[in-house]
Amino acid sequence: MDTILEYAPLLAGGTATTVLLFLCAAVFATLMGALGAAGKLAAGRAWRWLVMGYTTLVRGVPELLLILLIYFGGQRGINQIGDAFGFDYIELSKFAAGVFALGFIYGAYLTETFRGAYMTVPTGQRDAAKALGFTTAQTLRLITLPQLVRFALPGYFNVLQVMIKATAVVSIIGLADLVGLAGDVGKSVRQPFSFYMLVFFIYLGFTILLTEVFSRVEKRYARGLDR
Amino acid sequence: MKLSLIFDNIDLFIEGLFLTVELTVLSLLIGFCIALPFGIIRAREVPYWSRIVNLYVYAIRGTPLLVQLYVIYYGLSQFVWVRESFAWPILREAYWCALIAFSLNSGAYATEIIRGAIQSVPRGQIEAAKALGLSAFQIDRLVLIPSALRKALPQYGNEVVFMLHGSALASVITLTDLLGAGRELNSKYYITYEGFITAAVFYMILTGIIVLIFRALELRYLSYLTLR
Repeated sequence: MDTILEYAPLLAGGTATTVLLFLCAAVFATLMGALGAAGKLAAGRAWRWLVMGYTTLVRGVPELLLILLIYFGGQRGINQIGDAFGFDYIELSKFAAGVFALGFIYGAYLTETFRGAYMTVPTGQRDAAKALGFTTAQTLRLITLPQLVRFALPGYFNVLQVMIKATAVVSIIGLADLVGLAGDVGKSVRQPFSFYMLVFFIYLGFTILLTEVFSRVEKRYARGLDR
Repeated sequence: MKLSLIFDNIDLFIEGLFLTVELTVLSLLIGFCIALPFGIIRAREVPYWSRIVNLYVYAIRGTPLLVQLYVIYYGLSQFVWVRESFAWPILREAYWCALIAFSLNSGAYATEIIRGAIQSVPRGQIEAAKALGLSAFQIDRLVLIPSALRKALPQYGNEVVFMLHGSALASVITLTDLLGAGRELNSKYYITYEGFITAAVFYMILTGIIVLIFRALELRYLSYLTLR
């Protein structure tokens, strides 16, 4: 216990890194999901195939593999491009790679969530908006999106609940997050069990916190839905 | 892309493939053996037991598989009594630790799936079985559980894919599974992504096979539920 207290500031820093990673990845995943859903719903066949390739790839491959591929492959890719333009060696930060990888992976799941939510909004409403003279942008902003948010929330939160747990995997590329730091400290003071159990309970805390927050938000947005 | 390197080392990937499949299948089997009684306990809300099972399910589902694996593989060695116990030759091995962690993990997710499936069996089916004079045990064995397991198929299919992908974490604790093979190839030849991409192709094929198997199973066992 004393040892844990001694390293508490360090671990708090690691926890902050994990939380920041989660938040940044959530933003990026939401963008990817929105783009993916738009590509799948609208546009031509090429876009639909591209998005289908993207979601199939992500759902067919372990997340650790994609994280390693994006970190190491991305590193080389960036430097190949950098070389061509005469830059020196560019270091891809582990944090950025983690954000990009998690966002890329969970964006694929959100693509399905958003697409499903969009299709739940009845077409008649869009037709009615058109008849009333709304522009496409207005219809999206004033009619489709507010309802889409409501329908998408449960699925969206589910994906985020899975993603918070996936942040642990980013420690494998050497990010000094909660799992990485706790592992280093635990091994050096020969108390790996104590430190990993602490991580275990912190993650459990994240899950409980998110469940609580999400259920409140969901209730708020479900107001006015007759159920 | 150096294709010849991959073909020269295809044995490495085949071995990795076998380990991945082995770990996945065994974890799912053990997990299922845990989940069936636990799922029934949860669905029936057996006093006292149900709360303990719920604690297990909640703790496992609320934390990363990687952390669970680390607690078992790195964590347990902290205790002298573990190191001196008869179980140490097992707990020392990465393979057994991975199998234990994956089984416990799959058990928790499957418990939840089975609980939901049991609760979704229509009351009428049970009442009909009662009216036909079946005993409580017969109802469970002949009606409730078969019916629930059928309904659990789609979700259990997802769990199988999830476990396949989760098993890639075995490569982190020194095991040479599919992903481990890819990493080994990369470090052996100082290459960046050929090993990963080869492993990815194998994983995609495995995922595809699982999806096809479950589609066939659903067609066989669930088609009575679809509207014609």
